[in-house]
This record gives sequence, C-alpha cells and structure tokens, in this order.
Amino acid sequence: MTKLPDSITNWFTHRGWSIHPHQQDMLDRANAPALLLIAPTGGGKTLAGFLPTLAELGADDHAGLHTLYVSPLKALAADIKRNLRTPVDEIGLPIRIEDRTGDTSQTQKKRQRADPPHILLTTPESLALLTSYEDAPRIFRGLKRVIVDEIHALSESKRGDQLMLAIARLQTLCPGMRRVGLSATVEDPAAIARFLARHPDPCEILNADPGPDPDIRMLKTEEAPPWAGGGAKYAIPAVIEQVKQHNTTLIFHNTRAQAELFFHNLWLQNEDDLPIGIHHGSLDRAQRERVEQAMVDGSLKAVVCTGSLDLGIDWGDVDLVIQIGAPKNVKRLVQRIGRANHRYNAPSKALLVPANRFEIVECRAALQAVKDRDLDGDPRGRGPRDVLCQHILITACAGPFDADALYREVTTAGAYHDLTRAEFDACLDFCATGGYALRAYDRWQRLLRRADGQWQLRDPRATRAIRMNIGTIQDTDTLKVRIRGRGKPLGEIEEGFAATLTPGDTFLIGGQIVRYEGLREMTVEVTRQATDKPKIATFMGTKFATSTQLSQRILRMFQQDSWPELPQHTADWLALQRKVSQLPKPDRLLIESFPHDGKAQTVVYGFAGRNAQQTLGLLLTQRMEEMGLAPMGFVSTDYATLIWGLDPLTDPAPLFAQDNLREGLEKWLAGNAVMKRTFKASAVIAGLIERNTMGKRKSGRQATFSSDILYDTLLKYDPDHLMMQITREEALRGLIDFGRIEEMAARIQGRIDHLHLDRVTPLSAPLFLEPGRVPVKGLANERLLAEEAERLIDTAGLTTIDKPKWRVPF
Amino acid sequence: MAGSVLGAYTRILYGSPWKTHLEIPACARHEHTMNGYEFNFAECSLTARASGALWWADQRVLCVSDLHLGKSDRIARRAGLMLPPYETRDTLARLEAEIDALLPDTVICLGDSFDDLAAADSLDEDETLWLTRLQAGRRWIWIEGNHDPGPVDFGGTHLAELTMYPLTFRHIATKTNSAEISGHYHPKASLNVRGRTITRKCFLQDENRIILPAFGTYTGGLHSHSAALSQLMTTSARAFLLGQKVQNIPMPR
Repeated sequence: MTKLPDSITNWFTHRGWSIHPHQQDMLDRANAPALLLIAPTGGGKTLAGFLPTLAELGADDHAGLHTLYVSPLKALAADIKRNLRTPVDEIGLPIRIEDRTGDTSQTQKKRQRADPPHILLTTPESLALLTSYEDAPRIFRGLKRVIVDEIHALSESKRGDQLMLAIARLQTLCPGMRRVGLSATVEDPAAIARFLARHPDPCEILNADPGPDPDIRMLKTEEAPPWAGGGAKYAIPAVIEQVKQHNTTLIFHNTRAQAELFFHNLWLQNEDDLPIGIHHGSLDRAQRERVEQAMVDGSLKAVVCTGSLDLGIDWGDVDLVIQIGAPKNVKRLVQRIGRANHRYNAPSKALLVPANRFEIVECRAALQAVKDRDLDGDPRGRGPRDVLCQHILITACAGPFDADALYREVTTAGAYHDLTRAEFDACLDFCATGGYALRAYDRWQRLLRRADGQWQLRDPRATRAIRMNIGTIQDTDTLKVRIRGRGKPLGEIEEGFAATLTPGDTFLIGGQIVRYEGLREMTVEVTRQATDKPKIATFMGTKFATSTQLSQRILRMFQQDSWPELPQHTADWLALQRKVSQLPKPDRLLIESFPHDGKAQTVVYGFAGRNAQQTLGLLLTQRMEEMGLAPMGFVSTDYATLIWGLDPLTDPAPLFAQDNLREGLEKWLAGNAVMKRTFKASAVIAGLIERNTMGKRKSGRQATFSSDILYDTLLKYDPDHLMMQITREEALRGLIDFGRIEEMAARIQGRIDHLHLDRVTPLSAPLFLEPGRVPVKGLANERLLAEEAERLIDTAGLTTIDKPKWRVPF
Repeated sequence: MAGSVLGAYTRILYGSPWKTHLEIPACARHEHTMNGYEFNFAECSLTARASGALWWADQRVLCVSDLHLGKSDRIARRAGLMLPPYETRDTLARLEAEIDALLPDTVICLGDSFDDLAAADSLDEDETLWLTRLQAGRRWIWIEGNHDPGPVDFGGTHLAELTMYPLTFRHIATKTNSAEISGHYHPKASLNVRGRTITRKCFLQDENRIILPAFGTYTGGLHSHSAALSQLMTTSARAFLLGQKVQNIPMPR
C-alpha cells in the first residue's frame, strides 16, 4: 500500500475524513501507464485523480509541468482549480495550479507557455492549441501525468478523438507520461479503457463502490399528461410543490426550447416567487455565470437546465433532480440522477415527468432499466478522419514532421489503432494538395515535402488560420440577441430561426418574452414584451434518439397482458390499441393504413429512434413517390413514422426489403440536406473551409457562397474525394443513423403486419399532434413557389404586365 | 472597339424588328417556359433564363454576369484553402449549354468574369481552349468589373461599358434612368411559403434597370431585402427567381 506523505495524511485526519478505498487504489497504482477509474457522481473521483499528483509533488521538488488535467467544460477546469486550491493551501504544498481555457487572458497564456505551472487544467481544444506551438517540447518537458476527467462524455465525441491524438503527441514528447481516466458509470468500461490507453498497452479498470440505489420515481400529478408535445406544462403545480420541499432542485430538459418554455410557464404559476433560474448553452455567458454563482451561494431553489449542467460541476446542495420528458437514454438518466446529492453513499433522489402519454411508457421502461442497472450505449466506431486531417495540420504548425513517425504515433490512439497507411496517406495528401483527382494546386499547396523527406507548411503564415480553426465542436450559425438601446446581450438564436421572424413576432429567450424589432449588424434587436404568448425559439439543442435498449424494453412491455405498473389512463389506452389494432411486437413490424383528413395515412412502428425513423420517412416517401402514391409528407418520433399522401399503400413488403432500403439510401443520400450539413461540419474540421471566415458576413457585400455548392461540385466532379468519403461515413453514423434501420430490418426479417383500418388508431393519434412535419420535396417546392408567385402577382395587380402586347404589322 | 459598338447600333437601325416578331410563333411568346421568363423592358423583349443568363432574342445577345472564373485558385493563393478546383469547368459547362441552346451572335460578360486578374492566368490549358472554343464564330464582350478591372489574355473585346440601343451594359448599376443591364450584386431572394423559406438566385428588374444574378459556380448572394438593393430598386421592382421554372414575384424588400 502506497503511503501518503504525512502532511496529507494529517490533513485528512484534521478534517476528520478517511481516504476512500478507491482513492487508496489509485495511489497504489500511481505508476501504471494507464488507469481508468469508474465512480458514481460524488464519489470523490477528482480527488482520487489528483492524490497521486499531490503525493508526488509533496515528496519531491518538481520543476515545470507535472500534471495536465483535461475536462470537457471550461467551467469544470475553473471549478477544479477552486476545489483543489483549498486542500493544497491547507496542507501547505508549494504547488502552482492554473487553468487555461478559451477564457484565459493572452498575458496569462503567454506566461504559462514561458513558465508552466505544476498543474495545468485545460480543455481538449486549448490542449490541441498548445501542441501546435513550436515550443511544445519545452512547455511539456517533465510532464508526468495526464488526467482526463468525464472521459465517458469525451469518448463519445470528436472532441475526445482530438484529445487522444494530442495525448499521443504528448506521449512522444514525454515517453514516461502516465494516463488516468475518470469516468461516470458506463455500460462498457473496457471500451473506454481502450480509448484511454496507448495502443496496445493494457489499462487497468478500478471500480469504486457504486453506492446505494437511487430513489427514483415518476412524479404523481393530478392531471394526466397530454397526448403529444414535450412541454409538460400540466405537471407544473406538482413540480413547484417538489421544489418547495427540497433545498435545491435541478429540472432537466432534453432541449433548450423546452427548457425556455417550461421556465416561462413555471414563472407564470410561481405564486410564492420561489427563486428559480435557467441555465442552457444558448444563454449569454454572463447570464449563465450569474446563475452558477447563485447556485454555489445556495440562493436558488431550483434551476431549469439542459445538458449544460450534465457534467460534474459541484453546484451547491442539490437534493432533487427532476427529469422533464422521457430520458431517451438510461445512461444519461443515471448520470443526471447523480447530480442530486453530491454526497457519497447517500441515495440520490430523482423524479421523472413524462411529457406526454407515450412517454409514460418510456419513463416506466427507463425506471426498470435503472433498477436493473442495465445501461445502454452504442459502440462508437473508428476514429473519424476529419479530426485526423486537423491533427495533421496542427502537427505541421509545430514544425516539420516525418510522415512515418506521425503515422506510428497516430495509431497509438485507441480509436485510430486500425487506421491503414493508405487511409493516413489520403488524409496527408488532402492536407498537402487538396487531394483532388482531376486537378492539383501545384503552386499553392498547403504542405510541401522537403528534400529531407519531412513535411512542412508552404506558407508559415498559415499557422494563424489553422490555429484559429482548431476544435471539433460544431457551430451553428447563431446571431446574438440584444435589447434595443441597451448593450446587454440576452443570448443567441439560430440564424435559420431569425430568418423566419418578422418585426412584431415574439419569442422566448432567457425566460423573457421579447419582441423582434429588426436585425442590425448581425444582431437581433428586441424589446421586452410582457403580455404576448410567445412564438417559441427553435434552438437547435440536441434531439436525442431513444436508445435501442430502451426501445426494446418498451416493445417487451407491450407484450404484457396488462399493465398494473402504469397509470390507469395509459393502460386503458394500450388496451384499446390492442382491441382495435395491434400493439407492436419486438420481432415484427406493425404498419397501419387508414384514411384521415382526406388523405391516405400510413404509420410505420419501427421503434428505431428519432433519427432513424426520420431517415426511414425520407426513404419510404421516396419509394412511394416512385410508385406513384403521391406522398405529401411525413413526421417521425422515436417509435413511429406517419406518412400521408393521396393514395394508400397496398403492399409494403418490397419497401422494407433490406437491399431496397440500402439502394434507396445510396440514391437518396447524394442530394440530401443531411449530407450537406454533415459535409459542412466535416469540411470545417478537416480544414477545407474555415469556421472563422465562412460564417463571417459583411453587411452590404455579397455573402461567401455556401458549403452546399462545394458539396454539389465535388459530387459532380470528384465523388470519391476524401471529404465525400468522410461525409458518408459521418452521416451514416450520425443524423441518418442507418445502422438502426438495418438493425430493425434484421430484427423483423420481413415479418410485416399490415393492417387496413377505417380510422385513426389510439397509438397513432399522438403522431397527428407531433411538430416537425416534413413536407415531401421534389416538385413540391416548385409547385409552392408557382402558387405563391401567382398569388403575389395577383395581389400586386401585376398580372397584366407581361401579357402579350400584340403589335400589328402596319 | 468603337466599331463593335457601332455594329450593334447599326443592326438595330437597319435590322427589321417587325420581321422578327412575325417569325416567332405567337403561342411561344410571352410565356414563362421551362427555360426562362419573357418580359418587356425598354421596349425590348427579353428572357430571364433559368440558368441566370439574360437572352435578347431580337439581337441574339446572350448576357451573363459575375462568372468569377479562377476563384478557387485565388482563394488558395490568398487564404491557403484548397477548395474543389472545379468551379471554372462547371461555369464553362453551364455557359456552353446556354450557347448551344441559343446560338447567340454576341455574348456579353458583365464583369467580374475572373475572380481577379491573376486568376485569369490560373486557368489550365483545357479550360483556356474551352473558352476559346466558346468564343469562336461570335462577338464576345468582356465588360470590366471590380474584380477584373483591366484586359485579360483572352480573345474578345474589353470595355468599361457598352450601349446597344436602347440598352446599356455595365458592371455596377447606377442611379440614372438609363435602361441598364448590370450584375455585381449577386442578387438572391427569399420567400416564406407555408412555413418554409425558399431562397433562390434571382434577376431584379424595375423601369430603369435589370440586375443579373451571378452565373459563376462559386458565388454567394446578396438578399434583395438588403439595404443596398432595396435602395437601388424602385418600388415597382420585380424579382425573377431561378429554378426549374423562373418565377416572377414583386421584389422582396
């Protein structure tokens, strides 16, 4: 057993604390090259990560950087700095701790490069930037440990891939560096261990005591939830009651728009003026910081929030978590529940609030999954190559490099361990020459191969642009919102949403209703509006798809004879569906067809999650158009797709043959908006276009052309270009989620129950109230434009202008 | 140079406009066909083509604006970004399709034909030959633009502006009341139709001027409701939206 230095042991004793077993385990294995700790929230995870550092720094003098700590949130870095400072000062250790994020001042950053602290707390992007400097070897000299916090979150995103490539770089600079990962409870710890360790090194996994089962229930309300929608407005009185009974409550929502709407409605009913705040990623930073500070001070009774509070910041005395809307994913639910009671070995308390009737079923399934400790998750797949392209450019910024050495280094990152040399070379060629098949930039290529075989930037000034573009977080084009006449920004809205506003429209932001006045210098100007019912802001927010495991649980629940665990109204609803139609089964596909609203309606209960059902809707309507059924549109939820059109579907079987689906996908993918969106994101990451120049518009001048045009051009002239390959790979695993469709097709094996009914069925009814209806395009746009043009011309009295003017030849 | 201008002028004087009218079947006139929208401007019958080109059938003049040839090369040179270098051939292919369909006697490029003067040199041999082939057998006018304010190394006539009575062709619209045809602004217009915003490149037209959309492949657009265009165009201005079918609407402001 590794002993702590006396000064630290004394401090523990003085505090009346004893060291947790997993903290001792971490000390004992401090010399392991890679170590992963899985601990529930509140398990003293961070201290467990830092104890070996404190022990080492307490025992010996160390010059320069000793431990690098990386977390996904800037706020987390600042928070850890605060929390670490106290023990370090009280123990009396001579340790310099500093954070370095996008918010750190230039002077501070410069000083940190010249004279690094013992412990540096940072984010993946700031670390990538540090590795791009020529003096990186000097900055990181002597580095002993790197701690990756919240690694479960990072391992699911490109930010994590970028981080692990940077760490591979550091490992080359500091061969003795040891890696530590800190993770919340996950379904597949071994996968995260592979992600963390230098390939093919092993990585030991330490499991902390998971603590007692959480106290988690569905919120009981007087009123039954509505048939559709995600607002959960009906539950507000019950939520307020719960807030009163607890110290601090976190009220989680799945999207920012829902959080705004709920917050607004909450305040309308907040008769006691309970101090309740709102926190989400679209709010202005100053506003978010105020809420965070108020939480730390304990002056808030509740915070309405989104994923922005998902990760491990210690916000005061939270003793209740309320999840509004079905959690969609059991793992995330468990992590959110952990926010309540940041005290080890006390059960966390959480309430689920289904937003509509179907979500009651989903919440019930999720509760059972939490009880069974049955977490979900999908394997992440291979390291994305757009991130690799950026990494190559970052490497070039730091100085000339050898391609063989870089390839070897990259393949030590777990996600890239099976990257082939050909794949790597394609990325290098893309960075160097653009990688085009038909024409090369002979004179202007970005990287040049020198006589000694090393690669370097053609123009050293390019480093500036490359550094500006570092990062993998996808920016949506957003506009700042300000109150007219006052400088204070309220937050940001998407440009697409702003484009739909006309002066006088009202929307919610930061819990206030504001009136759109106009656009000035790319800022949305608004005034306060106290009375109107708002038009809601459609913040992008992530729309999570219900996980495969949770969907399967729901399908299995449907097979029960009765549902005593469900509220009566919901059980009755399912029973009625069984009586007039069927309930969907795990190994069969239920399709209902019935007339409604003068149109032929078809409902496909695929249970494949929102994204895949959306894709399915696009594929099926495309096939139906080819079959002449004149589909007019569709709408998708996590469990079904509703398609409406002029003619009914008679034989669905050919539509669902796996080959047909895949063929349809290939055809449809090419011209698809999802592909264009994916292309844009990947093109920015890979450095084909710049985030900092593409988005920037100068008023009064022609905007830069859109990335859609680049996509169309590549599709036409160079369809196999690396960027197109990357786009296909990314789209298939991202928004299109074709994997889930194939999973569904494999599950049903052509077993389709197609029922023809005379009216809307109970299970399908909520779909008719669902927002997000997608009109089928193709000629629809042309027809709409023609109609509108005619109407406008009529209204404007212009019809006569271009009527033939007969000129008589004498 | 003066000769060529005069040439156009004389054709107007000595050609027979009436004859032309008689030759065209009545049913085909003033219809918005799949390829364009016919309208009257300064007593001329013009067609706003779905491609973004303007066709003056009586004079057999094809007019295109803002080709921005060599744009990807300029971006590589200036910003270090290596965009797909196919926009020049794409622009030429679309221009060729219009030339093949209409067999113009005269082609007028309304300026910003090249992304800058150096970009004009960046065209590879195939592209240069292609352009030369398009020019063969017809008059070709390069109007100077702000991106290409001087002569380039290609055949054809280089002019600051050109008048073919009653129309004047120049790069940037002026506030005068001449019947002018210009480009420069890359106009586009958006319509909100049943909750959907549809944005298209467009022609803008009022009593005094027509502004052409950019023909080049890598060209963005300026909204018709921007201050610059709203102030320039009179209240009766219309927009012809490009698409499968050209749509005529009052200019969105």
